[in-house]
Amino acid sequence: MIPPQRRRRPAGPEEDPPPEPCGKNPQRLYVLTGAADHGERAELDLVTLIVARADPPAAAQPEQAAVLRLCANPLSVAELSAYLNLPYSVVTVLLTELLTAGLVQARAPIVRQALPDRSLLEAVMHGLQRL
Amino acid sequence: MDFKGSDTITGPRTEDHLPHTAQAAVKIVVVGGFGVGKTTMVGSVSEIRPLTTEETMTQAGVGVDDDYGSRSKTATTVAMDFGRISITDQLVLYLFGTPGQERFWFLWNGLFEGALGAVVLVDTRRLEVSFEVMDRLEERGVPFIVAVNTFPDGPRYPLDDLRSALDLGPDIPVVECDARRRASSRDVLMTLMRFLHSLATTGALT
Ligand SMILES: Nc1nc2c(ncn2[C@@H]2O[C@H](COP(=O)(O)OP(=O)(O)OP(=O)(O)O)[C@@H](O)[C@H]2O)c(=O)[nH]1
Ligand SMILES: [Mg+2]
Repeated sequence: MIPPQRRRRPAGPEEDPPPEPCGKNPQRLYVLTGAADHGERAELDLVTLIVARADPPAAAQPEQAAVLRLCANPLSVAELSAYLNLPYSVVTVLLTELLTAGLVQARAPIVRQALPDRSLLEAVMHGLQRL
Repeated sequence: MDFKGSDTITGPRTEDHLPHTAQAAVKIVVVGGFGVGKTTMVGSVSEIRPLTTEETMTQAGVGVDDDYGSRSKTATTVAMDFGRISITDQLVLYLFGTPGQERFWFLWNGLFEGALGAVVLVDTRRLEVSFEVMDRLEERGVPFIVAVNTFPDGPRYPLDDLRSALDLGPDIPVVECDARRRASSRDVLMTLMRFLHSLATTGALT
């Protein structure tokens, strides 16, 4: 039996613009967020760890109070979205407000580097080996 | 929006709390077509019950700001399952099971860009589904390995035939796995990590 065949594209020149994210799709897709969509958004990743710096102030909105309660211990933005049952984009808007107010701290993830940190990769391997 | 107020929110169980020493997280993406076993793989290695983050989108040509509830509007909800593995007191690994269709990837900003690498889960019953995924990862410079899930009703190919069918370079690992088994899924992740480590050693990563 012969499997279907893929053809790898030759690696193009560096200056090639990245393809339109939705190039294959005639209709662009848009994220639904609330009114705050046009405002500034903090640099947040799915795995940025969020930690509360204070108890919810009396004036806090229920969503904000819920975030602060959930983040008594560090929690990723993805986990917040899951526990709050809110879309990721909405959670980033909430967190931007809380960061601006100084009510939470954000611990940035370690992202892939052109020159990867071998000790980081080794740490992950050791962690996996213990599973 | 289905926010129900903070009283009804169930947070992580006490035993699922990360320690205060947790400083940073890394992520790995498991990507593949419908029903290929992404959620199964994430769940089999995760220390927490797999969670789901959702995103809702509408299509172009329709105002996003006006008339939220209009029936005429096509809103699609895309879900992504993920799990977590604590590496040390300071470091946490997150695993995301991501749909193969690239048009959904932008919903989670930086999902692939910051990832250490990716596991492309391949179903031999629908091999073509993974072609597109691999094209996109190559374009984005995301290092990946290929894990072949063996389903009882799927055709079995020798791994070397699969490698040439997928037009992969000789250095890219292709492994078989059973995503339902923790040890097997863990081995897949170890294979990815060893591959990333070899790239770091040879400086081949751009
Ligand atoms: N035999 C076999 N079955 C598997 C394996 N991995 C997953 N399955 C089964 O395949 C089915 C689909 O697995 P899921 O993990 O839900 O697949 P998925 O990729 O998350 O699916 P979608 O999110 O719907 O795209 C389930 O019934 C699993 O039990 C495997 O390695 N071997
Ligand atoms: Mg799934």
